[in-house]
Amino acid sequence: MLETALDIQGLSYAYGARQALKDVSFTAASGRLTALLGPNGAGKSTLFSLLSCLFVPQTGTLRVAGNSLATAPRAALARMGIVFQQPTLDLDLSVARNLYYFAALQGLSKRVARARIEEALDRLDMRERSDEIVRRLNGGHRRRAELARALIHRPSVLLLDEPTVGLDAPSRRSITDHAHELAAQGLCVLWATHLVDEVAPSDQVLVLHQGRVLADDRCDNLCGADSLAHRFQALIGAPG
Amino acid sequence: MKGALIALLAIIEREVLRFVSQRGRFLSALVRPLVWLLIFAAGFRAALGLSIMPPYQTYITYEIYIVPGLCAMVQLFNGMQSSLSLVYDREMGSMRLLLTSPLPRWWLLMSKILAGVVVSVVQVYAFLAIAACFGIVFPVFGYLAVLPVLVLTGFMLGALGLLLSSTIKQLENFAGVMNFVIFPMFFLSTALYPLWKMAEASPLLRQICALNPFTHAVELIRFTLYLTPNLLAGVWVMLAALVFFGAAVWGYDPARGMMTKRGG
Repeated sequence: MLETALDIQGLSYAYGARQALKDVSFTAASGRLTALLGPNGAGKSTLFSLLSCLFVPQTGTLRVAGNSLATAPRAALARMGIVFQQPTLDLDLSVARNLYYFAALQGLSKRVARARIEEALDRLDMRERSDEIVRRLNGGHRRRAELARALIHRPSVLLLDEPTVGLDAPSRRSITDHAHELAAQGLCVLWATHLVDEVAPSDQVLVLHQGRVLADDRCDNLCGADSLAHRFQALIGAPG
Repeated sequence: MKGALIALLAIIEREVLRFVSQRGRFLSALVRPLVWLLIFAAGFRAALGLSIMPPYQTYITYEIYIVPGLCAMVQLFNGMQSSLSLVYDREMGSMRLLLTSPLPRWWLLMSKILAGVVVSVVQVYAFLAIAACFGIVFPVFGYLAVLPVLVLTGFMLGALGLLLSSTIKQLENFAGVMNFVIFPMFFLSTALYPLWKMAEASPLLRQICALNPFTHAVELIRFTLYLTPNLLAGVWVMLAALVFFGAAVWGYDPARGMMTKRGG
């Protein structure tokens, strides 16, 4: 039985009259990648903004590694590593400098940060890129640097908001493989995407459409003999 | 506490690194007040007669009068520039990175303002040094005494920039800030002409100038450069700094949902 790291119950959020999330409830476990699958406008980014404390939910609760975002938001944030959809690296600084800046925002001293940064870069096979200026890196390496950065403070939950947007096929493959490896090493990985080929059969799949959870099951259970693409399209009512 | 200080220093270091790498920004920050000092003031001195008034104990040239206002102008532009970079940051996503740090949000925002203050103080001293090369000098201890005052006035103007950045959704709207904040604040102050001169033109404008926190920032810098206390200006600037900062923290409160545009 896997341990629950992320617990979301009865979550709703509206932008004025437009309801972006409607009574969303699910849990995500450590040691597994949970794919949050939904077309554009499904509510994925809203969910990520709520999880990263950029918005406050109108109703519902969110708990990260046992910490409620309502009552202990800072403790919850300290347990989360986040890769945003938009790039957030300073292009004119080196990879290492970007990572040191992030470590400092987590309150880590230089000495601790150095060891953690080396560890995180090694996990992503990025050590040799450490001194390169981000502007000179390709899209895939930039994403890997962001993934490494999200690991520096040793989070229990890793949130990735469509991290493969704009990447070529090999870079996409590499990022998805790394995310699956991190899940296998014990992290709870929540991966938002609209691309079914990024989901592995053993992943938990959460189909989000028009702000509602339509399915929540292991990918192979959800699909049966069918492909995930077909199953997904059938669920959201899109033409196959 | 130690972690909070580490973050503060890192945010300042990042701002300084950015500033150093943008030489154009430094140059334009210096050229702007110098244009006022060397061109505008030269032409204006003949048109404007100044009587003896505190903190001055003798007749002064217009160039001497205008320097404290130009110091505040450097900080005003820097505060607005930082606010511009915040809007840009937010659009680029790195503001998200800052705001998802597990440190208290007010501390992170204060650190961001202080980082801008450090840069603005360097700019002001560089400007004062160039002014000194043109013979516009102040008492030696005035240069030292003005340092904490510049931190305070810089904080007030940085907090105003932060407040504006919490309400501006897009970079394009920044032109409005120029028209509705920077120009009125600067021209409706004692930066270019003293209050009594303004009263001659219009008592109403004089009242507006007297209420403008920028006026008090200018006067605080002016009096401190001459080692003369100005309690009213000090209290006014401090209050304005607190109000602007409080409103900015409110503006960046996640419950307001103002930080991000509509998500998908």
